[in-house]
Amino acid sequence: MSTVEPTGDFELARAPGQAPAGLGLASALHAWTTTVDHKKLGIMYVLMSLVFLVVGGCEALLMRWQLFYPRNEVLSPDVFNQLFTMHGTTMVFFVGMPILIGMGNYLVPLMIGARDMAFPRLNAFGFWITLLGGLLVYFSFATGGAPALGWFAYAPLTETTFARSPATDFWALGLLIAGVGTIGAAVNFIATTLGMRAPGMTMRKLPFFVWTMLWTSMQMLLAIPPLTAALVMVLFDRQLGANFFDVQNGGSAYLWQHLFWFFGHPEVYILILPVFGFVSEVIPVFSRKVLFGYEFMAAATMAIAFIAMGVWAHHMFCVGMSKTLDLYFALATFLVSIPTGIKFFNWLATMYGGRINFASPMLFSFGFLSLFLIGGLTGIMLGAAPLDFQLSDSYFVVGHFHWVLIGGTLFGTFAGIYYWYPKVTGRMMSERLAKWHFWLLYIGFIVTFGPMHISGMLGMPRRIYTYDAGYGWEIWNQAATIGALIQTPSYAIFVYNLVGSLWKGKPAGDDPWDAWTLEWTTTSPPPPYNFEEIPTVHSRRPLWDLKHPEDPDWQYE
Amino acid sequence: MRTVERPGRIIGFAEFAVRGGEKVTALAGGRLACSRYTSGQSFRRPTRKLENVEVDAMCPWSQLATSFAVSENLSIFNPASPSAQSIVDLALLTFAISALIFVVVEGVLIYCAMRFRKQPDEPAGEPPQVYGSLPIEVAWTVAPALIVFFLVLVVSRTLWKVKPVVPEPHAGDHALFVTVIGRQWWFEYVYENYDGQRLDFITANELHFPVSDDGTPRRVYLTLHSADVCHSFWVPRLAGKTDLIPGRTNTMVLESHELGQFHGQCAEYCGEQHANMLIRVVVDSPTEFKAWLANQAQPAVENATVRAGKEAFLAETCVNCHRVRGTPAAGDYAPDLTHLMSRETLASGMIENTPENLAAWIRDPQAIKHGALMPAFKLSDEQQELIVRYLSTLK
Repeated sequence: MSTVEPTGDFELARAPGQAPAGLGLASALHAWTTTVDHKKLGIMYVLMSLVFLVVGGCEALLMRWQLFYPRNEVLSPDVFNQLFTMHGTTMVFFVGMPILIGMGNYLVPLMIGARDMAFPRLNAFGFWITLLGGLLVYFSFATGGAPALGWFAYAPLTETTFARSPATDFWALGLLIAGVGTIGAAVNFIATTLGMRAPGMTMRKLPFFVWTMLWTSMQMLLAIPPLTAALVMVLFDRQLGANFFDVQNGGSAYLWQHLFWFFGHPEVYILILPVFGFVSEVIPVFSRKVLFGYEFMAAATMAIAFIAMGVWAHHMFCVGMSKTLDLYFALATFLVSIPTGIKFFNWLATMYGGRINFASPMLFSFGFLSLFLIGGLTGIMLGAAPLDFQLSDSYFVVGHFHWVLIGGTLFGTFAGIYYWYPKVTGRMMSERLAKWHFWLLYIGFIVTFGPMHISGMLGMPRRIYTYDAGYGWEIWNQAATIGALIQTPSYAIFVYNLVGSLWKGKPAGDDPWDAWTLEWTTTSPPPPYNFEEIPTVHSRRPLWDLKHPEDPDWQYE
Repeated sequence: MRTVERPGRIIGFAEFAVRGGEKVTALAGGRLACSRYTSGQSFRRPTRKLENVEVDAMCPWSQLATSFAVSENLSIFNPASPSAQSIVDLALLTFAISALIFVVVEGVLIYCAMRFRKQPDEPAGEPPQVYGSLPIEVAWTVAPALIVFFLVLVVSRTLWKVKPVVPEPHAGDHALFVTVIGRQWWFEYVYENYDGQRLDFITANELHFPVSDDGTPRRVYLTLHSADVCHSFWVPRLAGKTDLIPGRTNTMVLESHELGQFHGQCAEYCGEQHANMLIRVVVDSPTEFKAWLANQAQPAVENATVRAGKEAFLAETCVNCHRVRGTPAAGDYAPDLTHLMSRETLASGMIENTPENLAAWIRDPQAIKHGALMPAFKLSDEQQELIVRYLSTLK
């Protein structure tokens, strides 16, 4: 095992969150703001993401209100355009990525039997700069209004000619520095996974979630720098009079699209690979079976990470590429479905013949499986280039990616939160509230995003602040708004459950789910140093080996 | 309360519900107009071709009810051109394959969830552990791979169908060549060539072309440019969309086997009024189209009765941006007004082209289409009336 960086004597000296007598809140605040402990940073990442999730959700509700009637006038066009820009930016950069990085932060060292991440200070830096990035992006409201660009901010809308207020500068700067934090996190995950595994844990014995985090980090390392470069170019154009994207002066609007989507498509997989990891941990434990076909699952994860780097221009089928390029990007897009299919079938095979307990983590994993499949299939439709000429930039696309990002990422993330919450807090969450949360979200989600596929096929483009009556779009927009209202209380229930269970939850014990990975060997919550003694590992399920000494896993691996 | 006439397109329950009353006044429709247009005149929104039914919505709920009636179907499954049709064929095939996968996989999932659910009376202990199986893994790798192979074949077939090579214009080709320039937030059409004849006029927002017969295809080749930001040309019933990107030249082809109007709109977010960058395509019979071409090719009509109006128009800043061929007005920044009255709508399809709407637009474009690049010029009532009267003669 490699050396572990000290996380600060001051913290090691006492239990987490516990302040020295007489100092109270100030000292707790000091402890949390100066911490380099991966667990506290992980919790802060997740809490930050949940706050942004609520903000982004409110933005979505306002938009749904505006679209409830044709020619509705609740919001002015400019405000509506700002809202969808901020909604997309928030959800991708300040909810999706940080919540996954946060959970990875908390779990990766625990799952590989390490005492912290490889670079704890870089880790803290990453969190604070991501938060600062988010605040900077929101600070743009103080300039008189957020940017109205769309989250992919197609040039030359970002040029000063079209976006005069400094809002766009704050937006670009915020994303740029949040990206630096993400790159730091990626480096940290890779170094931790490669260098700090418990004795006996070879790369072939990694817990599956850690494997997916590793490949997510590789993708972040490859995908974020092009975005950073592109954002620097935008800032140069705006602040220093460069002309990268200023067409009148010889710049290229088309260049931005390539740079952005070279980041943007791997980003989608960054948002889903760790979730594949969550459900790959949850499904075996709640089906009481080992993950079926680990090697194929691992290879499929790698294949997705590689193929995902070469499909970006399927977001650009309508820009007038050559037929050859269209065909290549359609083919590459279809290829992703093969490893994704492998994963899906292996999850089903894991459930098959099991003894499935539909506790909250498994319930949300079931939600993930049943919904993500549909998102994958609509993805195939969009990958068929000529069909995309019709569907691209329509509400069908909005339906598709929400299906993947909510039905996939969010449901899977909730599965993970319900699964590991007892480890993090030492308390169980309420199963009754979790069921309410699940069913309201499940139904509300389908009612919101299902109709969007239909309005898209009826010719409704995305990002329009209003529409005329008479095209048959009204009913589908009204359904979507009603669905959003059904979803809303589910989030409130979740937050209530999350906070209330801190006090009211049943004590969890070390291993409430009878699980198999290393994090369940230590106390709940784990001590700052994670493990009193670094465990030695012989198989992918070290706790199975302990619980079944007569039939250990390493015999079969 | 002033009455706002709002020609509706909606029939069915809402009409039934509302028609019970004697007088049809638009409250909800009027609410829209009231808040949008504050200056107290009445407005007509553009009428869709298919119906012209007075409609009203007394309360939000009747507005909700109107949703059940579709007066115009822009569905991508309602194609009027061979290229849109071949996309429908591809779509149906893709949907069928997806539906099959959906039923099988979701079926297995639900079966597993029901069949292998933990039973309360089950004995303690773990079920048999199965670590994997090479033949099974190979099988479910190869099966999707075959589907992918098949999909690539059908995609390439459709791709080569819907993206034809643009030919050179020559006499007798029945082909129309138009350059489309996307601008915030309207489309400019430069008519270049028809049937080998050079054309040279510019119009805006309403694209006319002739219908194709079974024997004679009359294709329209569009060259797409943008003058400012990225836009996208999308008329779902006629073709998939193609982007208009500044600094890049794209092409697309349109064709219609149906007469009539086809609606669409910009499909790439392009700024504040992206939602109101509407497209109308008018497919004429060949003779109608010829007549339309002949009229558009003429310079603006001279009409002695509106001489004062013309002078007022030429004396104002209008001419910096707008063009009226045959007069000194030669601006090339805003829609060409030479045959303004041959268009059905104003403000790129937002409002119907009536003298009242035109007057309101000139008085304050920002009240109708906030963010539009035309400011309110604070003309006197007299100037404005003269200019509207002049513009109304530009047939």
